[in-house]
Amino acid sequence: MKLSDRAASTPPSGIRRFFELAEEMDDVISLGVGEPDFSAPWKARAAAIHSLERGRTSYTTNRGMYDLRAAISEHVTRYDLDYGPDEEILVTTGASEAVDLALRAVVDPGDTVAIQSPAYISYGPGVRFSGGDPLPVSTRAENDFVLTYDDLERAGAADAEALMICYPNNPTGATATADELAEIATFAREHDLTVLSDEIYAALTYEGEHTSIATLPDMRERTVVFNGFSKAYAMTGLRLGYALGPAEAIDAMNRIHQYTMLSAPTTAQYAALEALRSCDDDVADMRNQYDRRRRFVISRFRDMGLDCFEATGAFYAFPEAPYDDEQFAEDLLHDQGVALVPGRVFGEEGHGHLRVSYATGMTALKEALNRIEAFLDAR
Amino acid sequence: MDTKRELVDLLLEDAREDTETMARQLGRSQAEVEEMLDELEAEGSIVGYQAVVDWSKVDEDHVTAEVELNLELDRDTTYAQVARRITKFDEVTALHLVSGDYDFDVTVEAESMRAVSMFVSEQIAPIPEVTQTVTHFVMKTYKNRGLELTDRDDDDRLSVSP
Repeated sequence: MKLSDRAASTPPSGIRRFFELAEEMDDVISLGVGEPDFSAPWKARAAAIHSLERGRTSYTTNRGMYDLRAAISEHVTRYDLDYGPDEEILVTTGASEAVDLALRAVVDPGDTVAIQSPAYISYGPGVRFSGGDPLPVSTRAENDFVLTYDDLERAGAADAEALMICYPNNPTGATATADELAEIATFAREHDLTVLSDEIYAALTYEGEHTSIATLPDMRERTVVFNGFSKAYAMTGLRLGYALGPAEAIDAMNRIHQYTMLSAPTTAQYAALEALRSCDDDVADMRNQYDRRRRFVISRFRDMGLDCFEATGAFYAFPEAPYDDEQFAEDLLHDQGVALVPGRVFGEEGHGHLRVSYATGMTALKEALNRIEAFLDAR
Repeated sequence: MDTKRELVDLLLEDAREDTETMARQLGRSQAEVEEMLDELEAEGSIVGYQAVVDWSKVDEDHVTAEVELNLELDRDTTYAQVARRITKFDEVTALHLVSGDYDFDVTVEAESMRAVSMFVSEQIAPIPEVTQTVTHFVMKTYKNRGLELTDRDDDDRLSVSP
């Protein structure tokens, strides 16, 4: 069968290779998992069950249930975001669909999209699927992996049409302060860039408050914000996300959405509505547990002599690898049965680092770190 | 959240956790955590460390019963005085003064239904202030002290994911 050039030229994700390696082995402790080890709050699950019991299995409106959009509108005010449920919010099949729709809505063939790097593995391919060219913009460990004006200038992002950022960040765990975001915003305004801001980990901010770039002066009209229920509410498998943006952007995204997904899963929308209404305490409890694991993991790595910056969001630590990251991850997996993800999977700029997820219970986490220490000691 | 409260949360999750690990989780030194533990114990905030046991797997004959007690107090006797007397029995593992149709909710544990019945009839019922007892034998425990005893979820996540 003839495949499109676009599909044929898309390489499998680097994560896939490590997944296959890990799957072949027994007794693997995986710190390579980018999803919560908790289950969705029971109240949210119960709401999903009730919706099925009542036979609510039809499509919803393309934009998502109005009650859910209204609840999202109210929910995001905690981040000083102000978006109306009628025209400025779109409920999607996971935040990933929201990212894809936004890229297709704003990118024309040949357009350049600057992407902070290292970055979530889907952004680059997503830009290519929309016909654009991704331009990685390196962030640096000495800046705690936060994008700077200089980084953008050096990479030539001035000629890009759009800029993709993600804070708190996967894979580094970096967060950005309002001042740091202001630099990025200045660059975006000066060079008329549309900003696509993935804030799926906003609720998992451990030091200070999450700031959205869309709240900075004159940024609202040029920014689309992505969020969802996968990370904060441990609802990855329910696939529910949303986009916030100016009415014309959301309308454009909805026009693509209505011909592709039609609407997000109805059952998941009922779960999400209940999550927003009554699961703040569950989120706080999960965040507290992640925070304690974060401190534990970072201090253990530092004691092992691995340089590890203070990740302050999401559920990843991003220590330096003692030697080539891919080789180290492979050696560690074969020798000790601990799965980590080499940083290069998230872009060239991730070279020399390891993504370590602490979305794993303390017992397994302790054992995994003991094994890593034993591996390092034996070298 | 203050650190002492966080330490209590950690102990509620796993009271066997070593102090070095807890110190790392709390971002404090091991000595500080040990000092906080000593304080919590000395002030009586932490009164003990116990296992949560699924008795159905350890000892099939082990029986738990919830016993409702109604009391009639005279002018010289208080609930606390009667409670003090009841708490002394080894068979009593929990005792609460409750609102509603009865006064005390007593958890009784023993090695057989007969032992529980004998204990209630011979030790509790004769207490002068006790006017009525109603014994509910626990048929099965699904959740105890925040932990589900059945249907524990396995981690079915993919070993590596985005």
